[in-house]
Amino acid sequence: MIVGGWLPARVADVLPSTEHARVLRLDVPDWPGNLPGQHLDIRLTAEDGYQAERSYSIASYGPGTVVELGVDTVPDGEVSPYLTEEVRPGDALEVKGPLGAYFVWDAADPAPVQLVAGGSGIVPLLAMARARAATPDAAPFRLLYSVRSAADAMYRDEVERLAGTGVEVTWAYTRTAPEGWRGTVGRLSAASLTASAWPADRTPVAFVCGPTGFVESAADLLVQAGYDPARVRTERFGGL
Amino acid sequence: MSPTHPAPGTAEAAAEVARHVDGNAILGMLTDVFAVDASLIELTCRACGANGPLGATDVEDDRVAAIVRCRSCTHTLLTVSRAESGGVQLAIGAVALLVAPAPPSES
Repeated sequence: MIVGGWLPARVADVLPSTEHARVLRLDVPDWPGNLPGQHLDIRLTAEDGYQAERSYSIASYGPGTVVELGVDTVPDGEVSPYLTEEVRPGDALEVKGPLGAYFVWDAADPAPVQLVAGGSGIVPLLAMARARAATPDAAPFRLLYSVRSAADAMYRDEVERLAGTGVEVTWAYTRTAPEGWRGTVGRLSAASLTASAWPADRTPVAFVCGPTGFVESAADLLVQAGYDPARVRTERFGGL
Repeated sequence: MSPTHPAPGTAEAAAEVARHVDGNAILGMLTDVFAVDASLIELTCRACGANGPLGATDVEDDRVAAIVRCRSCTHTLLTVSRAESGGVQLAIGAVALLVAPAPPSES
């Protein structure tokens, strides 16, 4: 599924997510459908003709022309504040995609899947978990979702409900844990990762997405735990 | 969008801090260069011999250009930027070999 040009899109829905993030549903009449984990580019054109482009992960998958994005505000960003604060249903923009074959879950792969999300890195992983939930015979999934606090978790309610769909969910809190939390609070450690992730002898495939620093450290920890580096797929979208 | 955005190519734009992302961030631009999805193009670094998919490379994107670096030794593999024509220009750096994946079969 390779798409070369820009496709016209219209904002269909804007849904609240967290204090600094929103879920957008775009109506893209010419969208050819997408695989779980793919992304798209958005192009905004200002009244003076100035254009800005950015990549966003897609939370939806499969055929259909409504594309769901989860967008977190990048402080001082050029595109995300518009998408999280100003955009309204009916607004027009352009998209290019779907893009990417590297960070895609193949439902026919029998290997157990380890998902590791840092913050808004949940978005493409949620597309994979949604696809898993709709495929009863597919490989088992585990999701480790690291957030600053429960209030910072995009798709929190949906992730909580994944538990009954073949996806085991483990939360990690880096700043503040909810009341009654028995685990540790802080950056992901080898101990906390191996406590919840598939053991390496299950030959899992891993998808890790989030800010660059988070992804690099989580991917290193998985490789140290014995994961095949070629089966640890990463998507790093900036930040520290 | 902000009415005070810097214009591309200006000093103000160049001074913007580069975003440290990965090869997945430039796939949209690369659809103008390659007929296959660029994320699975295998690049072999001429400096250190490491190889891997473009999606896993380190990319510094400062809006003027995206510099694609070897994840192992940080040598610049490719520089991708907008040409004056409006198309995409790609400068080849320390790439010993570039292997495109087989195109997807229509099933």
